Amino acid sequence: MKVNAAKNLAQTKKRRENQFHLYWKHKYLTLMFIPAIIYFLVFKYAPIYGIQIAFKSYRFKDGIFGSPWIGLENFRHLFGVKSFWQVFGNTLIISMYNLIFGFPAPIILALLLNEITHQRFKKTVQTISYLPHFVSWVVLGGLFVQFLSPSLGPINAILKALGRDPIFFLADPKWFRTVLVLTSIWKGVGWRSIIYLASLSGINPELYEAAEVDGANRFKKMLHITLPGLTPVITIMLIFAVGGLIHDNFDQIYNLLISPTVYQVGDVLSTYTYRMGLVKMEYSFATAVGLFTNIISFILILMTNTITKRINEYGIW
Amino acid sequence: MSKDMKIKRKNKIKHSIPSLIFDSMNYLFMIIFCVTCLYPFLFLVSMSLSAGTSNFASLRLIPEVIDFSAYRRVLSNEFMVSGFINTVIRVGIAVPLVMLAIVFTAYPLSKKYFPHRGFWTGFIVFTMFFSGGLIPSYLVIRGLGLLDSIWALILPGLIPAYNMIIVRNYFMSLSPDLEESARIDGANDFTILIRIILPISAPIIATVSLWTAVGHWNAWFDSMIYIQKASKQVLQVVLRRIVLEGTQEMMDLNTGMDDMASISPDNIKAATIMVATIPILLVYPFVQKYFVKGIMVGSLKG
Repeated sequence: MKVNAAKNLAQTKKRRENQFHLYWKHKYLTLMFIPAIIYFLVFKYAPIYGIQIAFKSYRFKDGIFGSPWIGLENFRHLFGVKSFWQVFGNTLIISMYNLIFGFPAPIILALLLNEITHQRFKKTVQTISYLPHFVSWVVLGGLFVQFLSPSLGPINAILKALGRDPIFFLADPKWFRTVLVLTSIWKGVGWRSIIYLASLSGINPELYEAAEVDGANRFKKMLHITLPGLTPVITIMLIFAVGGLIHDNFDQIYNLLISPTVYQVGDVLSTYTYRMGLVKMEYSFATAVGLFTNIISFILILMTNTITKRINEYGIW
Repeated sequence: MSKDMKIKRKNKIKHSIPSLIFDSMNYLFMIIFCVTCLYPFLFLVSMSLSAGTSNFASLRLIPEVIDFSAYRRVLSNEFMVSGFINTVIRVGIAVPLVMLAIVFTAYPLSKKYFPHRGFWTGFIVFTMFFSGGLIPSYLVIRGLGLLDSIWALILPGLIPAYNMIIVRNYFMSLSPDLEESARIDGANDFTILIRIILPISAPIIATVSLWTAVGHWNAWFDSMIYIQKASKQVLQVVLRRIVLEGTQEMMDLNTGMDDMASISPDNIKAATIMVATIPILLVYPFVQKYFVKGIMVGSLKG
């Protein structure tokens, strides 16, 4: 027994030595990879280590390590603040809207594009539809401020021509979330349809032929062949979408949330973290908000992956 | 799908009446969709050119008088010029460095014999799902003394995990036979990567380079929080200050230069947005097919 254990230990040790020997054997690969290790340690893991200030009371002169521990005080404060719950609720509501309306949009676009037989026309539509994806939210923020403006914007010009009152889309709490969801679909729908179109081209054409022999019409083929063919990629995208429910689109919201009148419906976790942390300089409190977001997101991803794995075999890992 | 199969399929579609109705509705929908994608940009172009028009009519796409004075004003703004230069420098440094870093990370990870490959992949992939968050990252950059330096805009995003994985997947899909003969001839991993792997990986390298370039061209948040000096700001932040925050000092710097009484702040804002967007619009038609390729490659592995 003892001998066996010693033998095992020796073997493990030897194996470990062999493993490190391998780094020397592939020294060029090792050399290439070392900068990446340093990069991830410094720029990704050091901030993760720095999360400890969420449990501290950060003081500038003491830095991350010298500041005193205060346990869960920041979280107690966080969960007791009304503004936090409002922001948390806004994030979830906007994400749910994005999931319900934004998630199916590129799938529908891909299915419709797939029905277009004129290849040049299809290519042109696709090229145009990707365009907004390449423009930053700063530009689009400026663009939509002008476009949705009550005095200059074309939408309000039409409303006025119809004898209606102009709508302050970006300043009206009733409209702000709708604007967020619609502009987000507008920007991303074409680009996000690519992945579905790519997997559409992977569907076996014999399936369509067989269906035609059986007398299936186009709608039936779409329902029974195309859509099931997309299921794996839809599942994966859904995992990412649900896993990202807690992650709001900071770039979009920060650049559209200009009017204080819509903070009650549009202020979300990321804009709140930014304001608390880098504007009001409450580093510890803001880190606590960030950590809360991060943990929920991590749990969501693990959960959705487990669930989808149980339902079918298409998990992400 | 092979080409003749496609044709075969096309011929087989029965042109029943519901099918024709669906087709025409579908084409109509696509046309409306394209107009929706383009209209806001056209509106902005029109607005930026209407400085000479006293009454801006929002539904009219071609202004009564086409007037470039708003552009002249924007291009003579020193912050726009410095912003433009800073952004070009940023993209110019970031793209080669990021690509080098991505390739050097992806290549070892694509090799089955790289020791602890699973661990190192996990080490990187973990950061895609869990991060330190805004404040700790900010404190690290500040702690490294990178504030007000262009490296604060480049180093934190040196190896984007997602793009690295896409390149790694591409490397893994290449046949190992390609390297075998070179290895027999005594070439080392470094030579093989440069001489054999990179040339045949040109499509994915081009795609990821373009993604990186667009990402850095459009980036603004890092510059907003890490750069304090106005003269070091990137274009997007200057744009933000002028268009969204309406910062007067940035907008009115050159007032009184010439008689431009009819230029409204809105004309200036529209022209500012156009100046920042035109470079993307100009290269976009030529490079868009490369953008798409990468997504296809990435989706192979999910």
